[in-house]
Amino acid sequence: MARRYDSKTTIFSPEGRLYQVEYAMEAIGHAGTCLGILAKDGLVLAAEKRNTNKLLDDVFLSDKIYKIDEDMACCVAGITSDANVLTNELRAIAQRHTLQFGEPIPCEQLVMRLCDIKQAYTQTGGKRPFGVSILYMGWDNRHGYQLYQSDPSGNYSGWKATCIGNSSAAAVSILKQEYKVGETDLHEAQLLALKVMSKTLDMTKLNAEKLELATLVRKEGRTEIIVKPVDEVKKMIKIHEDREAAVEAAKQDKAGTSSGKPKV
Amino acid sequence: MELECLIGMKFNDFVLMATDMSHLQRIMVQKADDDKMYQLSSNVVMAVAGEAGDTNQFAEYIAKNIQLYKIRNGYELSPSAAVHFTRHTLATHLRSREPYTVNLLMGGYDVKTSSAELFYMDFLGASVPVDFYGFGYGGMFTLSITDREYRPDMTQDEAYALMKKCVSEVKRRFIVNLPKFRVRVINKDGLKELPVIVAEGEAA
Repeated sequence: MARRYDSKTTIFSPEGRLYQVEYAMEAIGHAGTCLGILAKDGLVLAAEKRNTNKLLDDVFLSDKIYKIDEDMACCVAGITSDANVLTNELRAIAQRHTLQFGEPIPCEQLVMRLCDIKQAYTQTGGKRPFGVSILYMGWDNRHGYQLYQSDPSGNYSGWKATCIGNSSAAAVSILKQEYKVGETDLHEAQLLALKVMSKTLDMTKLNAEKLELATLVRKEGRTEIIVKPVDEVKKMIKIHEDREAAVEAAKQDKAGTSSGKPKV
Repeated sequence: MELECLIGMKFNDFVLMATDMSHLQRIMVQKADDDKMYQLSSNVVMAVAGEAGDTNQFAEYIAKNIQLYKIRNGYELSPSAAVHFTRHTLATHLRSREPYTVNLLMGGYDVKTSSAELFYMDFLGASVPVDFYGFGYGGMFTLSITDREYRPDMTQDEAYALMKKCVSEVKRRFIVNLPKFRVRVINKDGLKELPVIVAEGEAA
């Protein structure tokens, strides 16, 4: 009897839609925001931390950004327990490749492999899709720095800057305006990430406790992935705020001089 | 089979490989124009010796898998990755009920790093990067020649002459008749067939 329900989980609706997959994407729309930016000389991932309780033991340095292998890291938006399963899988896929070929897995291959798994869950009866979207940042010797995004349906795409999770559409439109192709360096990318975060999160002021920031750069033939400690994030926020204040002041100045007619 | 002979030499910007052309079956020469080299990708070649059926089966399995990788991903495996994959496959099968009894030399040119590569690999799954090597009893005679005369900066003509010397020595000292060797060169432009070496001189 249970079969009748189970096998119905992901079949087409009469309008030709897959509700379970759409619901999964919907769930991610409520999850904490994650954004990634590709710079000339590296990559940035930024994530919004939701569960900040002072009683929570901070044994984990980060809960949304995961290192996958030597050359890749990802950040997840959605159901954390689902994400744990997927990051485990990502790490296993990466290590299996290294075992077989003696070199790190190319970024797109890893994303593709994981998406095959995600896709399988949209087609198998009795299973629900993974409620997780993932942003991947990585480096490989074929295509250099890369940023990918994948969603519960198993689709993936490569980006210069993108965002998943809560109010991602707004964030993407800001990124579209502010991102300068081929000009943004890592420092600027981090500030842009903070700017987008501050505009899209419903916080009046950015809070380092509620943000996770990670960077990926190549140094001396090795990939360096750093999840920034809180005080570093605080420093970045300070720079961002100072700059915003300066812009604001300049705007006020301009408004003052142009609107004020010369008094006779 | 130990009676077969595979020779490989790596130079600064090319790899020279030679394999004997005799297909042996017990005490008989079954065929005199055999080809023991298999092209795995545009710039990787494998020379295989060992149990008669295994050589073919294993080389084709590896070659097709490497082609599959190229079709799936749109680019080819690097020579070192291809070697790693081959070694891994060999080692996995060794510990199964159907091990492959093959010894092989893999030569390739890595376009990305602009370097020639040559690897020794035996049926136990040992993989060693080498400058030159000779498999089988024949190798016992060729190794001493290459030890004395090999230089990494040899030109292709010099290398071919060295290879000829090796083949002559096999004819002179080895009890088994291996008169002809197929020779190929792998460089940045891919794989090229060179004239077959027919052993010169008398048997000792």
